[in-house]
Amino acid sequence: MIKVKNLHKSFGDHHVLKGISAEFSKGKTNLIIGQSGSGKTVFLKCLLGLLKPEEGSITYDKEDFLKMTEEEQQIFRQQLGMVFQGSALFDTMNVGDNVMFPLRMFSSMNPEERYDRMIEVLKRVGLENVEDKAPSELSGGMQKRVAIARAIANNPKYLFCDEPNSGLDPETATMIDNLIQEITHEYDITTVINTHDMNSVLEIGENIIFLKFGEIKWQGTNKEVFRTDNKAISEYIYSSDLFKEVRKAHLNK
Amino acid sequence: MKYLHNIGQYFIMLKEAFGRMTKRSVLYERSLKEIDELIIDSLGIVCFLSFFIGGVLTIQTSLNLSNPLIPRSLIGYATKQGIILEFSPTLVSIIMAGKAGSYITSSIGTMRVTEQIDALEIMGINSINYLVFPKIVAMLFYPFLIAISMFMGILGGYVTGSLGGYISTDDFIIGLQTDFEAFQIFYAFIKTFFFGLVLATMPAYFGYYLKGGSLEVGKASTASFVWTSIVLILINYVLTQLLLS
Ligand SMILES: Nc1ncnc2c1ncn2[C@@H]1O[C@H](COP(=O)(O)OP(=O)(O)OP(=O)(O)O)[C@@H](O)[C@H]1O
Ligand SMILES: [Mg+2]
Repeated sequence: MIKVKNLHKSFGDHHVLKGISAEFSKGKTNLIIGQSGSGKTVFLKCLLGLLKPEEGSITYDKEDFLKMTEEEQQIFRQQLGMVFQGSALFDTMNVGDNVMFPLRMFSSMNPEERYDRMIEVLKRVGLENVEDKAPSELSGGMQKRVAIARAIANNPKYLFCDEPNSGLDPETATMIDNLIQEITHEYDITTVINTHDMNSVLEIGENIIFLKFGEIKWQGTNKEVFRTDNKAISEYIYSSDLFKEVRKAHLNK
Repeated sequence: MKYLHNIGQYFIMLKEAFGRMTKRSVLYERSLKEIDELIIDSLGIVCFLSFFIGGVLTIQTSLNLSNPLIPRSLIGYATKQGIILEFSPTLVSIIMAGKAGSYITSSIGTMRVTEQIDALEIMGINSINYLVFPKIVAMLFYPFLIAISMFMGILGGYVTGSLGGYISTDDFIIGLQTDFEAFQIFYAFIKTFFFGLVLATMPAYFGYYLKGGSLEVGKASTASFVWTSIVLILINYVLTQLLLS
């Protein structure tokens, strides 16, 4: 579980996060949604220690993340997995080496065990016979899956995804979403996902936090999102006509 | 102010490069790879340039030496001094700032803009140590490259001098042995050592702290070349003042 209290982050005069407090539970897919520019990525980067917030606290289970030194944070991060918006695979290594990289760095496995684990997690994300390919030889969706495989290879306790399905076709996007959700349940990980994809919200929104202008305006589940009369989130969701229809269907059920 | 900030940030990067170490076997492997990419891959161009510059130095000196009172062996002497004191350490380093330097800036810069550096950090790796330390190790071998350049330059002078009939091989060798001072070799390699450190770290700095997208990678490579050359020339000036005068 990750607990965030009263988090503030500014760039110069630009106050991006204005006191965020939230909890992300274990074994669930926690979604952060909001418009472009609402501060989702900044929030995620604060959670990971890539940006330093001016105020507030972040607690990973019992550990106070912001009290750690830079070096302690680096070591702590060995328990995290992250899927980047652009996959961020190492382009000087083939797919197999990318997936084995965290194992090579931090596990006590020998080369055969690492290889077996790599094949296992690649299979888990639905990829076979790609370990010798260069990342650039794969499609965007496949690269995302390799990135997920790399993120989960060393059994992380926390998984972060920044817009895991942006730039993918709807079918692949849904597949990636489901994959992340299954993995979260299977390994009982605390997963935090940044997205502005309404499909993801409906499919895997077990705990949704809605950010607007750096503040949390709504929090709930995908079951609740259609029943709320919260103005801010309604405006956000029903900016598309399609979802007005979906809501009607939902309420008539 | 901005310059001061950059200089400070550069030294923080250097400190971090020797900070928390990446797993030894990984660093070892990466260092070998960097030696291959930075040193071995530069051998060809460095040999080619050195050989022909040595040749040209010999031709030019001999064409300008029309006074019969000056011994012909001076041609060999001038070629040796030019190659060992300036061409090989300094000019080859500036060529390396273009070749190896822009490669370092663009490869690290690309890792920055595609979030690969963030990915390293998220995994709990000291990314500066992982990326920069092996380059510093590789550049410890830079003096070997320069020694080869010196040899090729003098060989170029020797071959051109005898084939072109500018100077007899005996005179050339007498020239090489004239006023041989070990301290000058020491001076040349001290320079080379510092140039190697600059070549490994300054371009890395420009790539690592790059902001923006792929357009900036190109701009940073150019800026890296310009600034690395300027720093090399200034260090050359200072070290020459300190060691030779
Ligand atoms: N390094 C930075 N320096 C200055 N301002 C920044 C920086 N990073 C983000 N911002 C600002 O913070 C605000 C929030 O940005 P952020 O990237 O978190 O948005 P986002 O919600 O992730 O948007 P998107 O959905 O487009 O990814 C933006 O107004 C942005 O300009
Ligand atoms: Mg974002």
